[in-house]
Amino acid sequence: MKEFKGRVIAEGTVEAKALVSHGGLNTLASFQKALQFGDKKATCGDQNNPDLYGKQMAGKALCLPATIGSTTGGLVLYCACSMGRQPACMLFSEPIDSLAAAGAILADVWLENSKMPVIDSLGEEFLAYVKDDMNITVKEGGVVVCQS
Amino acid sequence: MNLSKEQQDILDGKQGDVLAKVMQTLVRYGEVFGADAMVPVTSKYNHLVTSFGLKALAPVYELMDKLIESGNVSKQKFSADPRPLDPNVPSSFLQNFVFKNFMYSKQEDYEKQLEQIGIMDKDAYTCTCYMDEVGNTPAMGEVLSWSESSAVVYANSVLGARCNRNSGIIDLMGSVAGYVPRFGLLTDEGRKATWVVKIETTKKPEAQLLGSAIGMKVMADVPYIEGLDKWLGGELDEAAKTYLKDFGAATASNGAVGLYHVENITPEAVKYGKDLVAEGAKVYVVDDAELQRVYDSYPVIWKKKDATPKLCFMGCPHMSLNQLIDWTKKVEQGLKEAGKTKVCIPTVFTAAPAVLKKFEETPYAAVLKKTGVITSYICPLMYMNNPLSGKMPVITSSNKLRTYTSARYYTDEEILEQITKGGAER
Repeated sequence: MKEFKGRVIAEGTVEAKALVSHGGLNTLASFQKALQFGDKKATCGDQNNPDLYGKQMAGKALCLPATIGSTTGGLVLYCACSMGRQPACMLFSEPIDSLAAAGAILADVWLENSKMPVIDSLGEEFLAYVKDDMNITVKEGGVVVCQS
Repeated sequence: MNLSKEQQDILDGKQGDVLAKVMQTLVRYGEVFGADAMVPVTSKYNHLVTSFGLKALAPVYELMDKLIESGNVSKQKFSADPRPLDPNVPSSFLQNFVFKNFMYSKQEDYEKQLEQIGIMDKDAYTCTCYMDEVGNTPAMGEVLSWSESSAVVYANSVLGARCNRNSGIIDLMGSVAGYVPRFGLLTDEGRKATWVVKIETTKKPEAQLLGSAIGMKVMADVPYIEGLDKWLGGELDEAAKTYLKDFGAATASNGAVGLYHVENITPEAVKYGKDLVAEGAKVYVVDDAELQRVYDSYPVIWKKKDATPKLCFMGCPHMSLNQLIDWTKKVEQGLKEAGKTKVCIPTVFTAAPAVLKKFEETPYAAVLKKTGVITSYICPLMYMNNPLSGKMPVITSSNKLRTYTSARYYTDEEILEQITKGGAER
């Protein structure tokens, strides 16, 4: 078991299984099929991301360095949250990028019942330590606990 | 963050709950990145990334309704990304049915929303709004609230305007409030390069391939590129702008680049030179072998990898006028050499409606039509984003289209070979 501390972008506590991307998450490429064609599991459609491609993202503790790609990224995340297809939480090893921040804040400000805790700046060690299917607990104050 | 009295009043709800939420969104967004103030948007026009009435984006339309119903429309007119549908583009009966009745069933409703909220005109749908023919061309130093990754990187790099890589919805909120948070690419410090990229190729690097390589390497950082000026003719002419349009789109979609400087070419690099390079900047050398490595790394996700292409898309981002003319000449010559009159693969060249109108006024339009190439204002990405189109073997020289869809990337030369001679296996 290991504990990490980051910065809170969107508040909340949650427990979920880890899903780890070591490369940037291309939000549009990853979520577009899930949003368009009713895939409630939000299966990742980004062919360039071998860590995530074909895996369920909805309900997972998505651990990643940053998001990349199209500037639809924030609204895609906002829509995923509104439709209940978002990850349980998003945990960034690096300081959050502008598109992911937009999605997290839009969902937090404009949606009442679709919370998605978002923590950033967890550090390189976090991403090196966390593995798929680890049990992740997000606590108050940006504390993230990972255990096998 | 320091807010003016007017900004604080808006945040406190003195101009209504909806505008307060808009300001709250922008302030929180800025605070995450250490913004020191909310600064006025100074460009004449905005540009929005969301142009498509996708049924799946219902939450966005609901939010737009909240803005419209509360009277919080954009303070500036705006252009928007390309439309997702065009009857000129070949599609099957089933594709048409799915496009109109399922995927883009909200297109008409959404375009009505855009009219209510402030779109420039009915032809203002393109990802290359900065083309002279379209007229949304910001000046150096102007502050923007744009989105569309390829347009943002172009505005910052080639025009010297100042804009962060805003997301859809945040773009609109900036022009509803009239302010954007000052951080990142709006600041002098944020525009410094933390990478020096040295181009050491033996020929002019393919724009979309070089952009992809740099994007994947530097991700969201700012690169200062040395050695590219000699391949661009040493000045920012129309050909260089077209090259940088395609190059930038690849850096932004294969990575997350919002600004690049090209030594002796882009305006800030011309003005400040190596002073733009931050202390401790990392170095990335791009030579022929590196470009080949990147090219070979692209996965081909067609079910049948040797399938005969059924469609070719050129113009993601939309083609410039000089690009349409150049390609008309190339296709005409290629067909002549092959002893053919029509392209071997259904081919679509996409460009802004205003650019297509200009092209139609040239003699090249009739020449291109004779070759069988179709012109369209469509967004190839939106056309491709469904299981029916996704199963089609589509080829493109757009690294952005490759990244987001199943389209297979080929260099310009290979695309020309494919559409005029039907060859170019790799």
